[in-house]
Amino acid sequence: MAGLELLSDQGYRIDGRKPDELRRIRCKLGVFTQADGSAYIEQGNTKVLAAIYGPREADQNMRNQICHDKCFLNCEYTQATFSTAERKHRSRGDRKGQDMSTHIKQTFEATIQTSLYPRSQIDIYLQVLQADGSNYCACINAASLALIDAGIAMKDYVCACSASLTKGKPVIDINHVEESSDCAELSVAILPKLGQIVYSELNGRLHANELPDVIDAVVRGCKDLFVVMDRTVREHLEETATTFTHS
Amino acid sequence: MAKAILGDSEKWFIVHGVQDDFRTDGRSCENYRHIELETGILSNTHGSARIRLGSSELLVGVKVELGTPKPQRINEGWLEFHVDCSPNAHPVFQGRGGKELSDNICSMLTRVYRNNTVMDLEALGVIPQKHCWVVHVDVLILECGGNLIDAASIAVKAALYNTGIPNISLTDGDEGEVEINLPDDPEDVKHLKTINCPVLVTLSKIGNRHIVDATDEEECCCSASLVMGVTRRGHTVGVRKMGGGSLDPESVTEMIDSGKKIGRQLHISLDKLLKIEAGMSEDIKQTGYL
Repeated sequence: MAGLELLSDQGYRIDGRKPDELRRIRCKLGVFTQADGSAYIEQGNTKVLAAIYGPREADQNMRNQICHDKCFLNCEYTQATFSTAERKHRSRGDRKGQDMSTHIKQTFEATIQTSLYPRSQIDIYLQVLQADGSNYCACINAASLALIDAGIAMKDYVCACSASLTKGKPVIDINHVEESSDCAELSVAILPKLGQIVYSELNGRLHANELPDVIDAVVRGCKDLFVVMDRTVREHLEETATTFTHS
Repeated sequence: MAKAILGDSEKWFIVHGVQDDFRTDGRSCENYRHIELETGILSNTHGSARIRLGSSELLVGVKVELGTPKPQRINEGWLEFHVDCSPNAHPVFQGRGGKELSDNICSMLTRVYRNNTVMDLEALGVIPQKHCWVVHVDVLILECGGNLIDAASIAVKAALYNTGIPNISLTDGDEGEVEINLPDDPEDVKHLKTINCPVLVTLSKIGNRHIVDATDEEECCCSASLVMGVTRRGHTVGVRKMGGGSLDPESVTEMIDSGKKIGRQLHISLDKLLKIEAGMSEDIKQTGYL
């Protein structure tokens, strides 16, 4: 998309946001009853459902993955056929989905206290209902909330955010239009309270001198996200606690 | 498919309950569970619907595309169904695990919609032999709580009702070619006629009676079931026997009779609901999963 200005002279982006502004985030915990934990997140027009099953005894066909001192994670990322502007013909099993599953799995291996659940399995399933950029980040945030809903021990929340650089200014939480222009895209997942980066991926070219600025911006974005997620979790807990005390 | 595991005494309890027209959740044999329906929740589709039937949850997205008409039907477009079981519903659906279930539902939907009286397929034609609208109906199963077939068909009808096809205009271009112009306004759409769209009613035989809208547990106790497509007027557009057991001819006619009756009632309440929702679309806020 050549010639498209990602940042206007007045300093606004195509969808009217400022460079360091996130899209509207709305989330909910415990959307399903059958799963052990579930969550739904909306970041602008990117909508993701996450479901957690486990920790449970490992499946028969996954025996080879059992670890005697910790649990293993099983992750599947699916994108609904109607999630993108152009209809997808396959919803899963493509290379991009497999890549995404691996990335998500690695992120959570670094976060979940796996040694507390020896010889078991935890399933993380992610279903993208609508895709409008930063799918990985929305998935991580949704899975993080679902894991909290499932009551699985983690070191900290995981918050993920993406960023790009245009006209020397970092822009965060990029949408599909910004993603498909030929700017660099940096996705980062952090543990906000510990201040650790658990995942980072850079697509495209970025000058080394500019990298610290972009990382700074993206970490600030993650921390903003953390505030929203933490509030949702606390509200959900309060709600659950009241139903318990009244019955 | 993911099945509930029941002991013998639990099964007996359910079977005896059905005999006395009193099921484990308090319903009688011909009652549906609570249905929650919402349309137009996905902004990047032409039509969408979300249904929650008891604890079953499905999402339907409709997308229309321009395609080439089939050689034997040059004036018509067509509907294409696709069913996907999300692993969110059950871990066994991981990878290609849910294929059998989704193929089953997909073939049943395709069969009842492949009927000239159900949909005006000529309305989907654009230029004979060259272009027509292809309506992709994608069903996504997000939670399994029994009776997915009925839920899918209700959601499909609702999503088709919600579907708006862009009002295209044709102009003569160079070299006698016709040019297709899309409207600038995304709201400039025509709606599909869903008046004759069928819903599927599953009647499950338990003991010597039949029930509708079986839960997961009840599906375990059922030896055979009959799925039928019923239109608003009570016409049957397809019947299929499912399950491992067998049915005697008398009970088949009996089941078809009650299926017609139940299907009509279902249509009446569904149409009423869709009309109300379409009328108040400006006032209510979409909730989706929030």
